[in-house]
Amino acid sequence: MSQRTPLFDVHVRAGARMVEFAGWEMPVQYAGLLQEHEAVRTRVGLFDVSHMGEVVFRGPRALEALNRLFTNDLSKIADGQAQYGCLCRETGGIVDDVVVYRRAADDLLVCVNAGNRQKDFEWLAGHAGGADVRNESDAWAQLALQGPLAAQLLQRLTTLDLSPIRSYRFGHGDVAGVPCLVARTGYTGEDGFELFCGPEAASRLWDALVEAGKPEGIQPCGLGARDSLRLEMGYRLYGSDMDDARTPLEAGLGWVVKLDKGEFIGRDALVRQKEQGLARKLVGFVLTEAGIARHGYPVVQDGRKIGEVTSGTRSPSLKTSIGLAYVPPALAAEGSTFAVEIRGRPAAAKVVKTPFYTRK
Amino acid sequence: MEFPDSLKYTREHEWARMKGSQVVIGITAFAQDQLGDVVFVELPAVGDTVKKGESFGVVESTKAVSELFAPISGKVVEVNDPLADAPETINEDPYEEGWMIVVEPADPKELDALMDASAYRAFVEEQ
Repeated sequence: MSQRTPLFDVHVRAGARMVEFAGWEMPVQYAGLLQEHEAVRTRVGLFDVSHMGEVVFRGPRALEALNRLFTNDLSKIADGQAQYGCLCRETGGIVDDVVVYRRAADDLLVCVNAGNRQKDFEWLAGHAGGADVRNESDAWAQLALQGPLAAQLLQRLTTLDLSPIRSYRFGHGDVAGVPCLVARTGYTGEDGFELFCGPEAASRLWDALVEAGKPEGIQPCGLGARDSLRLEMGYRLYGSDMDDARTPLEAGLGWVVKLDKGEFIGRDALVRQKEQGLARKLVGFVLTEAGIARHGYPVVQDGRKIGEVTSGTRSPSLKTSIGLAYVPPALAAEGSTFAVEIRGRPAAAKVVKTPFYTRK
Repeated sequence: MEFPDSLKYTREHEWARMKGSQVVIGITAFAQDQLGDVVFVELPAVGDTVKKGESFGVVESTKAVSELFAPISGKVVEVNDPLADAPETINEDPYEEGWMIVVEPADPKELDALMDASAYRAFVEEQ
């Protein structure tokens, strides 16, 4: 039985097409993926991301305890800042990729992927290190307001001054009368905000944003556009591009692994992997022949399978076929070529730098 | 949703229309709506043969890959090449500009086994 967010009725009433995703009944599209994608790139889009989970670390040991479970370094950010990173197993495999919101050294909110709510909570609570760890996933709804016009729209609905809330910072304030944690974060590559509020107020907040956003041409968006937007940025998706068997180094997330910050779970394995070299690496590629690469398609060279596509789509902004794939390190450099097997036929591909798309 | 009376329909949501002795083939309004935005289409070449009930190509939307199944057996005599550069035509106009191939049928009577518009409408409503 799949779960529903507090906005389920709002989506159905608005005629959204619903699908099952990570155990949740979610809108995959409202007006059509391409239209929604374009709205976010040029105006503003609104997403229900209430399926994401929230685990909170509290108490005098909270910061230290969470930092020992996190590949990035939470001592480097101040209160009111957020940081992206991974939770790793001792093997270095990724439990999840998360964003940590540091409300205070003794109060940190970890935003986890929908499909990992229970797994992450068990992992975090099982390594609590003296912190008070709670699963508050059901106590929060989350709306993502994304796009170049997001800030001007949001500012009309709140007395909270948004200008000091720069990227990966957050504040607290009422939005349309609803108390929110207002974070300048997102998964689209555009400027925008994620609004955390109580589940009972979610539909009121949604309706207020849709109504107030009319001058900006606000567009409710589904998971389809969320996926094409994130992939154009080269953002990894847990469960597709990474899992418990891949490390952040393999997944190309070395920039959020701080091996010199001190002890954390998975560090020894990652140090070893770095010394020994990687057996595979996640790269961005474009197809230089017709076709669309999809998750699970083989990467081949000289008729031999040498890797696998983990994400792929036709980029609505670039009008080319883009994707992420695990390949041997020898083929990971920009400009390297290989083929993606599409329904038994090889299509030529070339490694490119990510993000695929650069914000205008 | 529109299902023109002049067409015959398959359970896989293709349509077929007689044009002289030849048969024009495409996908229905229901199919394109289910697929969402079509971004890629792979069709056979002129001269290829297609077989009733077997795959003759692929249509990909932003969401999914779907095979196209031939409503009738025969030889491909025409292909809608502009679809390669403008696959969204299939969403915009599935019955006219969004046609896919024209087939010289091996046995035109095969069309008789397909659904008419009212039968197809009833079929879709059960989906």
